Amino acid sequence: MAADGGNGYRWIGKRTIRPDGVDKVTGRANFGADFALPDMLVGRVVRSPHPHARIVSIDTSKAEALAGVKAIVTAADFPEITPEKATFGSSPPNYRDMSRNLMARGKVLYDGHVLAAVAATDNAVANAAIGLIAVEYETLPHVTDVVAAMQPDAPLLHDDIFTAGADPTPTKPSNVAKKVAFTLGDIAAGFAEADVIVEREYRTEGIHQAYIEPHAVVASAGADGQVTIWCSSQGHFMVRQYCAGLLGINIADIRVTAAEIGGGFGGKTTVYLEPVAVALSRKAGRPVKMVMSRDEVFRGTGPTSGAAISVRIGAKRDGRIIAASAELKLMAGAFPGAPLQPACMCAFTPYDIPNVEITGYDVVVNRPKTTAYRAPGAPISAYGVESALDDLARKLDIEPLALRERNAARQGTRTAYGPTLGVVGFEETLQAAREHPHFKSPLGPNQGRGIASGFWFNVGGESSSNVHVNEDGTITITSGSPDIGGSRASLVIMAAEVLGIDVERVRAVIADTASVGFNRHTGGSRVTFATGMTVVQAAEDIVKELRKRAALTWDIDVEAVVWEDGEARPAGDNAGKFEPLALRDIAAQTPKTGGPIGARRSIMAQNPGAAFATHICDVEVDRETGQVKILRYTAVQDAGRAIHPGYVEGQIQGGVVQGIGWALNEEYIYGADGRLQNAGFLDYRIPVASDLPMIEAVIVEVPNPSHPYGVRGVGEVPIVPPMAAVANAIRDAVGLRMTELPMSPPKVLAALDSGA
Amino acid sequence: MAKTHVTTTINGEPVEFLCDTRQTLLDVLRDELGLTGSKEGCGSGDCGACSVMVDGRLVCACLVLGVEAEGADVETIEGMADGDKLDPLQQKFLENAALQCGICTPGILIAAKALLVKNPDPSETEVRYWLAGNLCRCTGYDKIIRSVLEVAADAKGA
Repeated sequence: MAADGGNGYRWIGKRTIRPDGVDKVTGRANFGADFALPDMLVGRVVRSPHPHARIVSIDTSKAEALAGVKAIVTAADFPEITPEKATFGSSPPNYRDMSRNLMARGKVLYDGHVLAAVAATDNAVANAAIGLIAVEYETLPHVTDVVAAMQPDAPLLHDDIFTAGADPTPTKPSNVAKKVAFTLGDIAAGFAEADVIVEREYRTEGIHQAYIEPHAVVASAGADGQVTIWCSSQGHFMVRQYCAGLLGINIADIRVTAAEIGGGFGGKTTVYLEPVAVALSRKAGRPVKMVMSRDEVFRGTGPTSGAAISVRIGAKRDGRIIAASAELKLMAGAFPGAPLQPACMCAFTPYDIPNVEITGYDVVVNRPKTTAYRAPGAPISAYGVESALDDLARKLDIEPLALRERNAARQGTRTAYGPTLGVVGFEETLQAAREHPHFKSPLGPNQGRGIASGFWFNVGGESSSNVHVNEDGTITITSGSPDIGGSRASLVIMAAEVLGIDVERVRAVIADTASVGFNRHTGGSRVTFATGMTVVQAAEDIVKELRKRAALTWDIDVEAVVWEDGEARPAGDNAGKFEPLALRDIAAQTPKTGGPIGARRSIMAQNPGAAFATHICDVEVDRETGQVKILRYTAVQDAGRAIHPGYVEGQIQGGVVQGIGWALNEEYIYGADGRLQNAGFLDYRIPVASDLPMIEAVIVEVPNPSHPYGVRGVGEVPIVPPMAAVANAIRDAVGLRMTELPMSPPKVLAALDSGA
Repeated sequence: MAKTHVTTTINGEPVEFLCDTRQTLLDVLRDELGLTGSKEGCGSGDCGACSVMVDGRLVCACLVLGVEAEGADVETIEGMADGDKLDPLQQKFLENAALQCGICTPGILIAAKALLVKNPDPSETEVRYWLAGNLCRCTGYDKIIRSVLEVAADAKGA
């Protein structure tokens, strides 16, 4: 199972030192907040304390009069984007919503909604200035709960939302922005055939990505309208595109440099500060730096949806699942756009079920607009589905893992959302879980074991890279994909593999938007797959060129030259007798053989290869306190091919632990006043080292046929199974079916006390 | 407001700076002295990304005022390696892939080194509790904990 060694490759599967590593352990790496320019101003924003209010007036006169204040902006300083111009281009964001989210116009829609910004000579002046901006509000009734927001008499956030996808389209506006439905087979007939049916409702709370690095930007607008931006983001091309769309600037007039990014997990796939900093810089005529506080990160960015879920599954006595339905109500936050589609797509895909019906609702509430979070939506539906499967296994008296084996999806299985699955490794993860010593290890009193699986479709998309042969035969890769978890390591490994040279002779940089072709943001577990493919293809182009140069040097046909072990060799005795030419030899001679050697590739990567995972979790429940302790955790995942197993394991371990946090502790807590009560790391408790055991990552490799080395994205699927794995372990330990996340001590204790 | 003159030692070098009395040691390090290796993740002592040593004591630089550095001996991540010779913890973190995004890494390295000075042979539980004040959202801590334990074991075997 181990990926390194014995796989026939020189570098693929080896645990090399990442090229950006030393900078990160010595403090030299520059993250978003580490950048500075001469004469730079400090930008701060004013945030609404109300969850829902009409903005009657904003008086900035006192702030403007304060010495050191250089610019103030409100929505009036941004182009108003009409509904007709809300979307343009392919796969568009809604610029109208985005504009109103980063600077409230007319109404504030959540506690933390930005409605003005200041640029001043230093932090103290900027803070004083935002305190001097007088805002008159007319407060409105609010709603922060998804089910309450769907009621006919609920406070209305927007008067122009008429449920899309509902038939007929409603004539009255509501908070339900969208309804989606997926069906396969005949759901009624399926349930009629079932011998056993389980049905239950579940709730999850909104949670935050909780990257440790707050959002940060420096923007500098020139007098000619050209703009330069340095920021921490998962996609600097996205920042460029969104700033252009929001501010009405030509894309060619914006250049964005990606700082090192201190975590994102999907949360840095939109803009908050960047357009505001540009607007302030334009007005002040000086560079502006903006950095969020942790309180602002929680109140104004992220989170992912809280949800109300119902799941119904029917099976034959022999354990064959014959029908499954789910209804998912997801909080979108203040503007439409919960991860509804993927939540529905991923719900039942691990299983071959003939009759499926999934209905989902995208519901606006007075909370921050949700942003992607690691496999967006999938963990929410999987929590319900994988909990229900555990109930079903008990009812059928079948081992939970055996129930999954009996119904596992494989190549050719039709998904509820349309396509059939290609080459996938779900059954291999189930088998590896069954064979793992963890699966058979003994448990003590109040201890239990839970099994859960998960699916994520993964994403391909636009990637561009340049690969250059330097004068000494070393290689520079110019990538446009922000490296969020070690992807530069996998890019240099793949290039070194193709070129047959030492990995230390290959370096990768993340270039600015003017220096490399377009790249879709880092997300969807796509970088090692899609950007990796551009590097492999460009390196292959270089090998072709190197053979050509050798052929020229030897005056033989290029077909008579092969590239092996990092050098050009005659293809055989017939080709002639020549001393091999190493990459460095050819590089040194390029002025005489046709000039510099380099290649660039821009692709639309297809068939990313779906990812599946199966997790085993052991817990112990403290009956006196309700605390759940994770005793042991094993996560099996099909990685396709692990280019750098250390960073694949890291993705798995990190995803699992985020899932454990989601399962046990993390939640957005809103008071009756609609204000967020736990906007800090003390009260929003992410897992700490002492909460956890080691997390064993088991890599299964079922190569993805669409990638030259078989890569599948690995970053997201590990967060899909943990909530149900923990819930099922609690059920096994103390007989309680926990139907609400987080399964925090007060909730577990209450459930124990009520004997549920 | 008049600024205060502070004389201190940072990573073994004598340093003087002027700071506002409201400025934290973290602000001074990052904004006045250009030592941006210490990170701000929360500003409230909850995340440990700004961990530094002041007179041999592990502290969050966001909870210390710049003026408190007067006469003190401050150690930051920038002083951990000896020129191009990495500290064994830095080397082990690289070998074990014990960092992903790397934003928490400086603070965790400083905290881990403080642990090994105090307790050269910690148990896994001791490492986990010592580092409980340093949040990492990427790694799940597994490879971090293993790295600290391996460095301790290597030192013992040496």
